[in-house]
Amino acid sequence: MGNLLSLTTFFPLLGAAILALFLRGDDEAAQANAKWVALATTAATFIISLFILFGFDPSNTDFQFVEEYDWLLGMSYRMGVDGISVLFVMLTTFLMPLVIASCWTVTHRVKEYMIAFLVLETLMLGVFMALDLVLFYLFFEGGLIPMFLIIGIWGGKERIYASFKFFLYTFLGSVLMLVAMVAMFAQAGTTCIAACPEDVVPLLEYTFAAETFPLLGIQIVGGLQTLLWLAFFASFAVKMPMWPVHTWLPDAHVQAPTAGSVVLAAILLKMGGYGFLRFSLPMFPVGTEVMAPLVLWLSAIAIVYTSLVALVQADMKKLIAYSSVAHMGFVTMGIFAVNQQGVDGAIFQMISHGFISGALFLCVGVIYDRMHTREIDAYGGLVNRMPAYAAIFMLFTMANVGLPGTSGFVGEFLTLMGVFQVNTWIAAVAATGVILSAGYALWLYRRVVMGDLIKESLKSITDMDRRERAIFAPLIVMTILLGVYPALITDIIGPSVENLVAGVETAQAEWQPVARVAEAAADLSE
Amino acid sequence: MAQIVLFAPLLGALIAGFGWRIISEQGAMWVTTGLLFVAALFSWIIFLTLPGETQQIEIMRWISSGSLDTYWAIRLDRLTAIMLIVITSVSALVHLYSMGYMAHDDNFREGEHYKARFFAYLSFFTFAMLMLVTADNLVQLFFGWEGVGLASYLLIGFYYRKPSANAAAMKAFVVNRVGDFGLALGIFALFFLVDSINFDDIFAAAPEIAETQMTFLWREWNAAEVVAVLLFIGAMGKSAQLFLHTWLPDAMEGPTPVSALIHAATMVTAGVFLVCRMSPVMEFAPAALAFVTFLGAATAFVAATIGLVQTDIKRVIAYSTMSQLGYMFVAAGLGAYSVAMFHLFTHAFFKAMLFLGAGSVIHGMHHEQDMRNYGGLRHKMPYTFWAMMIGTLAITGVGIPLLYIGFPVGFAGFISKDAVIEVAWAGSGAGFAFWTLLVAAAMTSFYSWRLMFLTFYGEPRGDRHTHEHAHESPKVMLAPLGVLALGAIFAGMIWYKPFFGENEKIATFFNIPAAEEMADAPEHADEGLGAAAEELAEGDVGAAVEAITEDTGGEGEGEHHHFAFGGAPGDGAIYIGPENHVLDDAHAAPAWVKVSPFVAMLLGLALAFQMYIRRPELPAKLAENQRPLYLFLLNKWYVDEIYDALVVRPAVGLGRLLWRRGDGNVIDGGINGVALGIIPFFTRQLGRLQSGYIFTYAFLMVLGIALLITWFTIFGGAN
Repeated sequence: MGNLLSLTTFFPLLGAAILALFLRGDDEAAQANAKWVALATTAATFIISLFILFGFDPSNTDFQFVEEYDWLLGMSYRMGVDGISVLFVMLTTFLMPLVIASCWTVTHRVKEYMIAFLVLETLMLGVFMALDLVLFYLFFEGGLIPMFLIIGIWGGKERIYASFKFFLYTFLGSVLMLVAMVAMFAQAGTTCIAACPEDVVPLLEYTFAAETFPLLGIQIVGGLQTLLWLAFFASFAVKMPMWPVHTWLPDAHVQAPTAGSVVLAAILLKMGGYGFLRFSLPMFPVGTEVMAPLVLWLSAIAIVYTSLVALVQADMKKLIAYSSVAHMGFVTMGIFAVNQQGVDGAIFQMISHGFISGALFLCVGVIYDRMHTREIDAYGGLVNRMPAYAAIFMLFTMANVGLPGTSGFVGEFLTLMGVFQVNTWIAAVAATGVILSAGYALWLYRRVVMGDLIKESLKSITDMDRRERAIFAPLIVMTILLGVYPALITDIIGPSVENLVAGVETAQAEWQPVARVAEAAADLSE
Repeated sequence: MAQIVLFAPLLGALIAGFGWRIISEQGAMWVTTGLLFVAALFSWIIFLTLPGETQQIEIMRWISSGSLDTYWAIRLDRLTAIMLIVITSVSALVHLYSMGYMAHDDNFREGEHYKARFFAYLSFFTFAMLMLVTADNLVQLFFGWEGVGLASYLLIGFYYRKPSANAAAMKAFVVNRVGDFGLALGIFALFFLVDSINFDDIFAAAPEIAETQMTFLWREWNAAEVVAVLLFIGAMGKSAQLFLHTWLPDAMEGPTPVSALIHAATMVTAGVFLVCRMSPVMEFAPAALAFVTFLGAATAFVAATIGLVQTDIKRVIAYSTMSQLGYMFVAAGLGAYSVAMFHLFTHAFFKAMLFLGAGSVIHGMHHEQDMRNYGGLRHKMPYTFWAMMIGTLAITGVGIPLLYIGFPVGFAGFISKDAVIEVAWAGSGAGFAFWTLLVAAAMTSFYSWRLMFLTFYGEPRGDRHTHEHAHESPKVMLAPLGVLALGAIFAGMIWYKPFFGENEKIATFFNIPAAEEMADAPEHADEGLGAAAEELAEGDVGAAVEAITEDTGGEGEGEHHHFAFGGAPGDGAIYIGPENHVLDDAHAAPAWVKVSPFVAMLLGLALAFQMYIRRPELPAKLAENQRPLYLFLLNKWYVDEIYDALVVRPAVGLGRLLWRRGDGNVIDGGINGVALGIIPFFTRQLGRLQSGYIFTYAFLMVLGIALLITWFTIFGGAN
């Protein structure tokens, strides 16, 4: 099983190839075949990925299952997982079969739709496993294309506007990252992130220059590291998305088909958070120290701002999209608290948000499939005819507001606990998010589910069928399981996070004396 | 055994919630009720056989991250044991009562199933509440804390067709979250200070915390004060103290058994429990305790004033609950934690009884809740009448003042409330708390008797048809009333000593070690001096002076010798600091203080009798004459309106502003206006939307390839 990672990554692509090459026609049977092939492929991918999980040794903080091949022009194809990335891989493979199953009612260009998702899965998995800058970039940017198509072709009325906005935001961010990668290569002389050949210093261990220098009349504290940090930040902040570059997300979500929204919220957004953990923190610790206060404040603002905005939304998907931005605020806050609780919490929050936001978008999808509207006002009193739906929606609403006992609580709790140790203001401002989230989430639930069923159009609405329940079942299990026994995650990520935090702290401590000496020298010379 | 108590209700909730289709609704009701009675039985066994030292039973790991390590665990000490019997007893009785009360409900249509759901919620609530009180660390407490919030939300909104019920449910949850915000920050602060959130570690570190300064928000504070205030904010939310109380009256939208269980006997007392549980920290935070006392007294007063004029029978009792919670906080705030628990304990019985009695009236009167439409019901509902009478005698504090036959003689409320008032008199700077509580006691008496007179005396008012069909409730509803009546009558007399009466009994009961000076100085006369010498030897002059003065005070009391509390924080279920003498001072209260609550009760009774029995036209006249005051009270001091104007509307307005202007104009329009300006141009060019993606795709590919080529050309050869 030397190629387990590549097998997992490219297995979906195999399914896509089968669909593309062998499936003809667009009649009902062909459509059903396409769906079954896609479902089987993603399910098989999940099973394969389980071998990664069970073979993974959490106590080892090195990269595991490493694969390496020479590639064109001196670059290498290098894959590996550590405690930080392995769960993102699992999240992706776990969710994709559910995503495919949720597309069962789609009838428009089904084959292409399935191919898009399968390709997307490959690219997303690649992002979490790549150990080479160029490889990472290709996967990271490549993921844009299928998502862009999913929104642009299978989306709602304003899909073109939304898909362009999505594309431009994320792509413009990435251009800066590309520039930074070039600069990194220029300085370090390698694109290898970790597990490199013996004569090469991997980027994760390389110390980038951090001497303060002036640029256009401004003293750049932290020097090159800060600049590189900023360039990566541009890309990851858009992806997360962080306030104030979040506005593409609500539009993209509203226009995307249900399955697209699920992937977007549950997995794609996590690439930003993963990027912070893989690049910004360990490679640019000084840049991180210089810029962390900014990120913390942006996160706190994001939580309050987007929660308030969520409060006034009339479109269900938009509301949940804004709520997603708020929850990602907890993630960035936790990461840049740079301590064990903060980073543990951030990763936990990302995984948990994958299940919860995915489920919430599916909840919208369930009634959208029936009524073809996302307007909150078009609903009301659904509990009368859809008790099972009401119960499931309630569970995920509560998970979304971070009720203890659900996975949503652990992440919020740990990130807040982490950031409290750094700055009590940030913690206090961000903690108001728990009040506001209760406000918007319950307000949504009340308007959609509670009350008497008065609207004529809803009188014959049916409760969830077996397929829909089957999709939710795994999500329910995970949400509660992780809420009650979060050690399932923290045990895996713990050692790697500890290693990461310790490394960052060491590097920051080393930098400070140097910086002080430099400052003292500057003072003397005056 | 503790595990059975804890998980029996959860099991019941799961069976009723998911398995009722198999075992029928009737089956679900019996299963949940039966399991609750089992839990109650075991709770009493635990309570009566509790060994001295604290037991900890680990169940499973929970959140761990770095130095944070928490377990699902059961902490079993006196505080927990008291709460266990209160929760399981009342819950079991409420389950039983609900079998009758929920048998028919006009809020649901023919053939709709709601009973199993109701019982599942009730049992789930009980489970969450038990998790709260058995917690061995603050996160598990928080789990229970929010869990009861969820149960409360579900049960208040149980009549999901009623918009008012849905609104009330949401309000309860959100307002409680404001409190939870404080509690959560308090937990974070403790972790920051102690590097652990397990009670044992926190208690052990308490003296150290008191010496620590920490930066919180804009300035440096004493760490213990910060923590205490933050935790108390949580308590304010749950226990409906002033400023975070608005949800409690609205919560009466839920079915009446819910009000009895959650919003009278158990959940709302969680805040009091929290303050008592954290007494080792609270003792080191005098300013925070003063705040607790002040707010408790203010709440007791304000709630009582509002209770004077309400006409909905449940709301009167709700305000009465809020007021009584204020009493408990005053006791806790003055350092008499055992007295706070005493009042919590007795209050659970008589208040649950009042609510269940009110439920019985409402049930018999076909869901009429306005007291103006009652009257003369004592003949139609004799058992309910007597139950309510006992409850009223208990809450207003009827007993024989100054009589002491090994214990004081009176109803439960008489004994515990008088204890609170004596503590208020004795406590530091207590003028405010004492007089406020005394006035509140008079008002309590007035509105409670008003409720009795309006409901059970006089002529029947309102709809004649309803009155003709008014009937006594079934036995299944009356039996719980009978059991609670026992508690309302005897609980005070039986448990007077270990909660308030004698320091030694309190110490044994709560497992508090005796102070050093007792153990080391066997001779009575030398006690004070010996202890003083010791204290001096240890360099503690203040304590030495106290040891002397205090002892002479104790000698003056006569036969029962003085007992001082000792031990380190966390040794006992509650911690009473060496400087805390409020219990001694309360015992030494002069006779007039001890009689004053009784006089206040008589005043309230006399006034109610005058206004509602002898001259029933008087209230209307008074309301007419004092119209502004009447409206002010009737509208609950306009707090809801103020919050709506100051918080709710601005929040929504701000959200709208940020969305339309912030997201819309500034961010989309400004920062990215240039880039996004291209899009309409492209789409116009393309015309047909169908072909849009092909163009994009090509555009993307070209761009990507161009970048890749650039990359390789410039840097590819460098390796």
